[in-house]
Amino acid sequence: MEQKGWRDLPLGGMILQAGNSIEYQTGGWRAFRPIYGEAACIHCMQCWLFCPDSCILVDQESGKMTGFDLDFCKGCGICAIQCPVNQKIIKKAEQEIKQDDPRLCIRIVEEGKFEE
Amino acid sequence: MSTFSALDGNSAVANAMRQINPDVVAAYPITPQTSTVQTFADFVADGLVDTEFVCVESEHSAMSACVGASSAGARVMTATAANGMALMWEIMYIAASNRNPVVMSLVNRALSGPINIHCDHSDSMGARDSGWIQLYSENGQEAYDNIIQAIRIAEHPDVLLPVMVCQDGFITSHGMERVELYDDADVKAFVGTYEPQWPLLDLENPKTYGPLDFYDYYYEHKRQQVQGMEKAFPVVQEVTAEFNTKFGRDYGLFETYKLQDAEVAIVVLNSTAGTAKVAVDKLRDEGLKVGLLKPRLFRPFPARELVDALKHVKAIAVMDRSISFGIMDNGGPLFSEFAAAFYVYGPRIPMADYIYGLGGRDILTQEIESVFRDALKIAETGQVERTVTFLGVRE
Repeated sequence: MEQKGWRDLPLGGMILQAGNSIEYQTGGWRAFRPIYGEAACIHCMQCWLFCPDSCILVDQESGKMTGFDLDFCKGCGICAIQCPVNQKIIKKAEQEIKQDDPRLCIRIVEEGKFEE
Repeated sequence: MSTFSALDGNSAVANAMRQINPDVVAAYPITPQTSTVQTFADFVADGLVDTEFVCVESEHSAMSACVGASSAGARVMTATAANGMALMWEIMYIAASNRNPVVMSLVNRALSGPINIHCDHSDSMGARDSGWIQLYSENGQEAYDNIIQAIRIAEHPDVLLPVMVCQDGFITSHGMERVELYDDADVKAFVGTYEPQWPLLDLENPKTYGPLDFYDYYYEHKRQQVQGMEKAFPVVQEVTAEFNTKFGRDYGLFETYKLQDAEVAIVVLNSTAGTAKVAVDKLRDEGLKVGLLKPRLFRPFPARELVDALKHVKAIAVMDRSISFGIMDNGGPLFSEFAAAFYVYGPRIPMADYIYGLGGRDILTQEIESVFRDALKIAETGQVERTVTFLGVRE
């Protein structure tokens, strides 16, 4: 994106266009990525409710969770922490479950170190 | 028609505020500013103004309310002093960077500690890098006149910066004097109506003030602020000229007194300039060629014009009513500005600094005479024995 010089910018950092945060794709900040394990999901919408960046994609017709909007997801991992399916799997497991365990409904992997 | 009244400096400023009739005033009481806002609160209660008067719980809140109201599109004023201004500190920078044209009456008072309620310039001088324009006033009349002009300067589209108008705590803020109040309608016509360009209350065009601004844009916004300060020079001159014509005054960027043929000069701000004029007259009677320069606009600092006005003298004594601790020789900010201005733009003239009047310590004509005599000696020998003198301090 071309950055304007001081003569062409609104004064004092003012933003004159409403709703332009959509143009700033915060997904570039991400160090961790959520991966959706569709098979385990019960579509309870807890992740949708808690996501601070409204990045949970939901199919309008079926009302089912379909994945993440990775243009804006910052990888905070709140979805994985509050996911009730994740909690159930962790409680039932006999040994420690890591956050990138493929059994989880929402697993968190290091950005750039995963296979789709 | 103008009227002449016996008023102290604070009441004169309160009357300017009444005539300006700002949309919002947010202020918190602090000595010696209190009676400004107290008098203005009477005007609000008596229905003489339409102002929304916001009684806040601290000066930090006062300046925050000013920033909010100004961003909303209101014409905004406030008043404070010393520690009150210190509590506004964070938000003063924000007002300047947001380009909120807030006008403040600052009644100069010593900053604590030790706690002291009397005059010196440590408050406004500490804020000299905050991005506010600063005008200084010798007496109540000048404070009244400067406040009226400050509105036009601050709100000028080329400037859009907050302005503080300084006068000396108690000495002029509470000193009764003859003040000419201009006709209400004339002041109203002079200040005009504020036409904000980007008011938050323009709901058809929503916008954001004060967003996060990182390394990719912050620098450009600081550069814009520099432009506002730069443009303040012509704007102050324009507004001053119009004011002079309309109200029969003779203001400039600074005032000179018997300076034209002077061999030595004192540079001093605010009320002490009045005392110094008496000292000038006395020494002139003795045949000594002494003169005075009283800066009015300190921020932005009109370096070239000041150098030009003083370049013919053989010695300059700068008098500082505050200390910039740790600066070269522990002098004052005014001295350091003049020394820098002459180094860059002027001839090399011997210059010395005289700290005086801290915490309201009286400054007498005899002391100012002694400064002039020092300066005459410096002019004669070309030698500055002491760069900084602490005038009137007990050893």
